[in-house]
Amino acid sequence: MVLLRKGAEAELYQESWYGLNIVRKVRKVKTYRHPKLDLKIRKSRTGREAQIMHEAKGSGVPTPLIFMVDMTSTTIIMQYVAGSRVKDLLHFLSSIERLRLCSQIGQLIGRLHRNRIIHGDLTTSNMILSKTGKLFFIDFGLSEHSEELEKRGVDLLLMKRAFYSTHYSFAFECFKAITEGYAVEMGEEACKNVIERVNKISKRGRYESKR
Amino acid sequence: MICLGIESTAHTFGIGLVSSSGKIIVDINDTYQPPPGKGIHPREAAQHHCEVAPKVLKQALQKSKIELEKIDAIAFSVGPGLGPSLRTGATVARALAVWLEKPLIPIHHAIGHIELASLTTGAKDPLVILVSGGHTSILAFGDGYWRVFGETQDITLGNLLDMLAREAKFSSPGGSVIESLAHKGEKYLDLPYVVKGNDVSYSGLLTAASKMYKAGSKLEDVCYSVQEVSFAMLSEAAERALAHTEKKAVLLTGGVAANKRLQQMLKIISKEHQADLFIVPKIYSGDCGAQIAWTGILACQSSIKVNVDESFIKSKFRLDKVFIPWR
Ligand SMILES: Nc1ncnc2c1ncn2[C@@H]1O[C@H](COP(=O)(O)OP(=O)(O)OP(=O)(O)O)[C@@H](O)[C@H]1O
Ligand SMILES: Nc1ncnc2c1ncn2[C@@H]1O[C@H](COP(=O)(O)OP(=O)(O)OP(=O)(O)O)[C@@H](O)[C@H]1O
Ligand SMILES: [Mg+2]
Repeated sequence: MVLLRKGAEAELYQESWYGLNIVRKVRKVKTYRHPKLDLKIRKSRTGREAQIMHEAKGSGVPTPLIFMVDMTSTTIIMQYVAGSRVKDLLHFLSSIERLRLCSQIGQLIGRLHRNRIIHGDLTTSNMILSKTGKLFFIDFGLSEHSEELEKRGVDLLLMKRAFYSTHYSFAFECFKAITEGYAVEMGEEACKNVIERVNKISKRGRYESKR
Repeated sequence: MICLGIESTAHTFGIGLVSSSGKIIVDINDTYQPPPGKGIHPREAAQHHCEVAPKVLKQALQKSKIELEKIDAIAFSVGPGLGPSLRTGATVARALAVWLEKPLIPIHHAIGHIELASLTTGAKDPLVILVSGGHTSILAFGDGYWRVFGETQDITLGNLLDMLAREAKFSSPGGSVIESLAHKGEKYLDLPYVVKGNDVSYSGLLTAASKMYKAGSKLEDVCYSVQEVSFAMLSEAAERALAHTEKKAVLLTGGVAANKRLQQMLKIISKEHQADLFIVPKIYSGDCGAQIAWTGILACQSSIKVNVDESFIKSKFRLDKVFIPWR
């Protein structure tokens, strides 16, 4: 059992489990928050993640296979995806490869939305390009079911923000490609509405500059 | 080099004098307090600033024993904030700059919060958590700009606490009253916890907490629970940003940074991720002239200045739009 990564919410271990190469995602107690709140958050996130990750796969969005969920220890055992996080990869791609990947990201987001799934934490840390070239979405702890424009808007806003904060040198072109991919799944009209909402939400912050 | 900085974005009118070696020579501030249960009235705040400005300036000069002629630059908070308050500070700044024939330097108020906190704590390349009446943002610096990793999608953490305090008929700003009441709270009440990625949303929490208070829950318990939930939300968002950016320093700044419970939560999180937590000293956590003066030094050294006839205030001014050449 090796510690693969220490995420914000969970510790992730890579190990062999009945001969399978798996990841054990353990949501540990967070001592900074009230024990009642802590338990509630860990339980609901573990439940959602396992359920919606499984559903997403059914909708044609690659996600790790779920093998086991243990609510008492708030642990999920899932398939290990060998590959690289999009966050670490983006820099090494050619411009064309990068835009192709982003368009694919947009399509997968669209597919989630079309199937009433909101991811809730779209960042480039939460996407893995597998060695076989398949793009996986992970980390569904904040996901939920919804078809609301607002929720879809927030989802895409978080994605946009992730690019502008972390990959700022090519954020503009990447997000454009994501939008185009998204439109392929959602249709031009629906896509336009969601993007309008994204802009509206980001202006809600008190200090949006007047342009 | 010595810079005189004028702060007047909201409730505080302040003047600070800071030297280019980073010495805070003097920092005099006077804060307008609206009547209990009321929010800031922009016109009254500006009126207050007009009245105290001469006194604050005089006191700053007397206490520092620095003659006006020894001052090399005049910095002022150009925004964001309340229009009438900003205009008052800007007017004083323009007059001084013209009279002394010194450069006039426009400063984004939030950058002031960050830079003075960096100076006084020594934090290097931190993940910044800026929590005040006007901001709730999680930031990291990259290539000339502060990049926003997370922020509130509606009201700020300072707003939340101030509006709750107002509901209970305390005067604004009410963060420290809430903190002492929370100390006496015992019962944890279930309130909406809304985190969206690295973002938070506090408006639902405010509505639910007000309802509970009106329905007869003990104010102490409401304050305690509001702190527990709102700070946990921010801490979760901050932890996610910390895991993502892998920074080794965290800098807490802004008026709400004075809160001990928030400090404690962020301390735990920073330790978990092997990062050092730096907390702005309490005297420099809220709005003050020294923030503007010190940032004025940094800006002036990068040749940033504005012509008096173009020195418009910007009441809406996002901090991620400010180019920072000195970092
Ligand atoms: N099934 C998997 N296969 C391979 N690597 C994985 C898998 N699941 C997670 N990881 C790795 O672990 C990291 C953290 O996982 P995850 O995002 O699920 O945890 P988290 O604690 O919820 O993270 P966050 O910091 O985003 O809240 C991922 O960025 C990825 O590198
Ligand atoms: N001990 C405390 N606990 C919690 N909040 C506090 C405490 N002390 C002050 N505050 C809050 O800090 C805020 C004021 O901070 P500050 O002076 O930095 O901000 P501002 O001028 O309102 O906004 P900005 O600086 O973003 O323009 C108020 O909301 C106040 O309630
Ligand atoms: Mg993650």
